[in-house]
Parts: sequence; C-alpha cells; structure tokens
Amino acid sequence: MFNSDFLTFLKPKNELESVPVENESESNQPFVPDAMWVKCPKCRHLILASDMEENMKVCPKCNHNFRLNARERIAYTVDADSFQEMDAELVSKNIIGFPDYTRKLAAAKNKSGENESVITGTAKIGGADVVICVMDPTFMMGSMGTVTGEKITRAFEYATHNDLPVICFTLSGGARMQEGILSLMQMAKTSGAVKRHSDKGLLYITVLTDPTTGGVTASFAMEGDIILSEPNALVAFAGPRVIEQTIRQKLPKDFQTAEFLLEKGFIDAVVPRTEMRSTLIKLLSIHNYTKTVTEEEQA
Amino acid sequence: MSAFDNVSAARSADRLTASDYIKSLFDNSFMELHGDRRFADDKAVVGGIAMLDNMPVTVIGLDKGKDTKERVERNFGSAHPEGYRKALRLMKQAEKFHRPVLCFVDTSGAFCGIGAEERGQGQAIAENLMEMMTLKTPILSILIGEGGSGGALALAVANEVWMLENAVYSVISPEGCASILWKDSSKTAQAAQCLRLTSKDLFTMNVIERVIREPKSVDSKMFDSFKELLFRTFEKYSQMSIAELLDSRYNRYRKFGRTPEAFTFEDEEDDIDQI
Repeated sequence: MFNSDFLTFLKPKNELESVPVENESESNQPFVPDAMWVKCPKCRHLILASDMEENMKVCPKCNHNFRLNARERIAYTVDADSFQEMDAELVSKNIIGFPDYTRKLAAAKNKSGENESVITGTAKIGGADVVICVMDPTFMMGSMGTVTGEKITRAFEYATHNDLPVICFTLSGGARMQEGILSLMQMAKTSGAVKRHSDKGLLYITVLTDPTTGGVTASFAMEGDIILSEPNALVAFAGPRVIEQTIRQKLPKDFQTAEFLLEKGFIDAVVPRTEMRSTLIKLLSIHNYTKTVTEEEQA
Repeated sequence: MSAFDNVSAARSADRLTASDYIKSLFDNSFMELHGDRRFADDKAVVGGIAMLDNMPVTVIGLDKGKDTKERVERNFGSAHPEGYRKALRLMKQAEKFHRPVLCFVDTSGAFCGIGAEERGQGQAIAENLMEMMTLKTPILSILIGEGGSGGALALAVANEVWMLENAVYSVISPEGCASILWKDSSKTAQAAQCLRLTSKDLFTMNVIERVIREPKSVDSKMFDSFKELLFRTFEKYSQMSIAELLDSRYNRYRKFGRTPEAFTFEDEEDDIDQI
C-alpha cells in the first residue's frame, strides 16, 4: 500500500507551485493559480482560498499580510452593516491639464471600482460611533490628490463637529504628482483639519498599512494620538529606492518596516490584522467612546 | 523663459541665500539661535531673532550656503528632522513672546537618508504642518529659490506665502517626475512645464499671494521697500484677533481642492508686483 505521502512524492514536482508570479511589481497581490488556491508571494505556500478569507488575508504559514482594498478593510473592521459612506460622489479632475492624467484616472476607477484613493464614512466599532477613512491600493496606490485630501478633511471636520473619534487606515505611494502643487497643499489642509479635531479633545487613531510613504507619512499618518501599524508594513518618508539612489549605500535589513519604526519610537504598537478590531474597541472604550444606548434600549 | 529655465535660475549658485536676505533686511540686529534641544543643530536651517524697524520678529530660513565649504556644512539646504524641530522650537518661542514669524524657503527637499528616516523625517514635517496651522502669531513665508515638496511646505504653512519671480515650488522635482512617470530623464524640461511650478502659474492657482521682483544684489535698493512691505503685512495680521488670524490661515489651505475645477493658465507676464 502506498501512503498518501508517497503519492504526493510521485506527483510531478509541485506543478502548482511552479506557476510563476506574473509580474514582480504585483507580487504583493494575491496570485491565484485557480479559483481554489492562493499563493503567498513571500513563502510560496499555497493557501486554500476559503482559508485565506477566514484568516483575513494573512498567510497562515508566514504571516504575510496581503494588501486589502478599502471595502475589505472596512468589512474586517466595523460592525456589520454599520458603514455609511460620505462624499462618495467626489471625483478628481485633471485640474492642471497634466498629460495622460485623464486617462489614468479613468483606468484607476475602472480597476478599483472606486471614485478616489480614499473611502470615508461613519460606522460603529464595538457599538461606538466613529468616523473612518480607509485608503485603497487599487486606486493609483493610494496616491493623495486634491479629492483625497478633500474627503479626509471633510471627514475630520464632520468628526470635529459631531464629537466623534477618527480612525484612519493609511496606505499611499505619496502625493499625486499629476495634480502638481495642489496635491502638496493637501498635506497642509489635512493637517489643519486634524489639529482642529485634536484641539477639541477628540481621539484620532492612525493604522499604518503597507505601504505608507511620502506626503501621507509627512502629514496625517504621523499625526494620530495613537499610531498603530500592521506587521511588516513599509512606512517611510522617502522610499528605500530613492534613498539608495541618493546616498549610494545599501540600506540596513528591515529598514523602514513597522517594527523598525516601533524600535525608533515613532509608533505605539504593531498589531496583527486579526487583532486590529479588538484593539480598536479597547482603545475606543478607554477613551470613553462606547456603545451609544438608544432610548428604546434604555426603556 | 521656459519652466525649466526657471528651475535652473531657481537653483543657480548666484542666487541670494536665506542668510543674504537676513543680512540685507536686518543687518546687525539679527541674532542666530541654535539647536532643536533634542538632538543637534541642523545648519540647513538658520534661525533667530531680529528687529524689523521697531518690531521684534523671529526669522527662520532654509539655507543652501554660498561656497563649497558652506554648502557641505549646510547639507545644500536639505534639512534633517532636527532642522524642522529647531524651526518649530523657534516658532513656539515666537508665539510665547508675540513675535511674528518670517520664513525663507530654499531647498531641493527634506534630506533623504538613513539618519533622516531613523529620526522621523515624516513625523517632523507632519508636526510642523499641524503646529504651524494654529501658531498664535502671524506667519509669512517667502520662497526665495527652490521650494522642494514637503521639505519646503514644513516652513510654508503661513498667513501669506510670497515668491521671488524666478523661484519655483513643486510637489516633486522635474527630474523625479520624469523618471517616475515616464522612466525617461530626457523629459525633465517637459515635466517642469507640466508641473506648473513657476511663480506665475502658482499665482494663477492662488497658491501664493504675491510675486516679488528679483533683487540683483545684497545691497539692492529694493530691500528698503521690501522691509516696508514686510512691516505693513505683519501689522495688518497683528491687528486681527487670534481667532481671525487662525481662521484666515486655515481657510487659506482649506480652499485648495474644495471644488476640483480645472485651471486655465495664461501666458502673460504682468502679475508681478513692483516693489
């Protein structure tokens, strides 16, 4: 009798694993050989698609965090059916007439199914009312244009007006150069809105996700009262390639990872994805944001 | 002049530096104050106190340096986090003593390097943006050469932002833009044009309040009228209540992108103030 291990041995050596990752720049995207399996780009482990969903798109073998789009992130974070989107209708225009930008915007919309690189709205987390902003990797890698800045600013202004905490999941390649100086101005604009929210004594939690860089790092990503990060996320002002080109030196191992920033004192905690929601609930409750008791429930 | 000629002019070694402006405007009344009280004294940022006629002011500048030795010392005007923290310390001091703040900006960008990242370049800039937005004293920033992205903005959250005629201000260098977007460094001049980084284009987009004609030398007669203009501007903002002052600063930035309408750029040369 052959045992099953022996059968595996007889199979042509890992035909599934030999499928190459299509495109290196996309190597962080879940690669799906067929509908059933997902291959981890880091440890090359094959994960059953249903297990992947259950594990919040974290590789069960090496804990690699696959990138989440904004809708997935919201679903993993907030109470079921509590999310109400704000300003969904705002769309970017080619405001300085930058070549090819109109086409790129259309392609980004088409690819992501979203109107911009950030989704904002109100929701409940563990029953507590919050304003939430989530950036999306599928829309121009979360780059910050004027509409991105406008949506985040409006979210903070709404939270300030209604005494709500803000939770912001950051992900960005930086400022969107196709909008020229006006994208740079969003750094100042969002920082102003964060400051007004903060001055009213309200809580702002940032969750840094892979990758958070450039103008987003140098504005609202680093302005939270509490700054959390997903494990192993790249968090930088200047990206590693730019630095290597500037100083012509190899960078230290693990440079600019969440763990590196934790060690250097720039973030409060690295929190696994599967514990993010419970951590947020705990932080909200310590700051006295808890379930709103309706009159019905009181009676 | 093409946009890229403008970039070259803004980077020219012959341009007046922040220290030149400080000397020409304040002469011996300027006293330099050093250090961020946390890590070091970053010489890319020069800061201190001075008298503008009879008005005490805090002056802070990003300075590229004059000769090779000074340029190296000043890291070619690219500040580390401690430079931005020194600037913020001096601004807080200005707030305490009710002095207006005058910033001169001339940098190709915040420094990209291991130490800069380790010490929180992003955090340092972010903190300046946030704190400058509610600093309870008037702030005026003047772009005198290169305004390189976040590293320039970290000294340019102000009640008004002015710009020298040939200065530039951009979210990314034209070289960076050409190489990232088109993977082609020969398209640098085209990138400079597309980025709309000249004083004229920025004036059209309401990113700056005033364009100032280039002074030819440190002893230019222009500096007399320049001083007068600075004095009048600070006086105007000093008369506002703190709430008005901060609202005006907040709204100055709040307007960018409130309605995403496309700009039309004209090719006329005449919105430059004669001073």
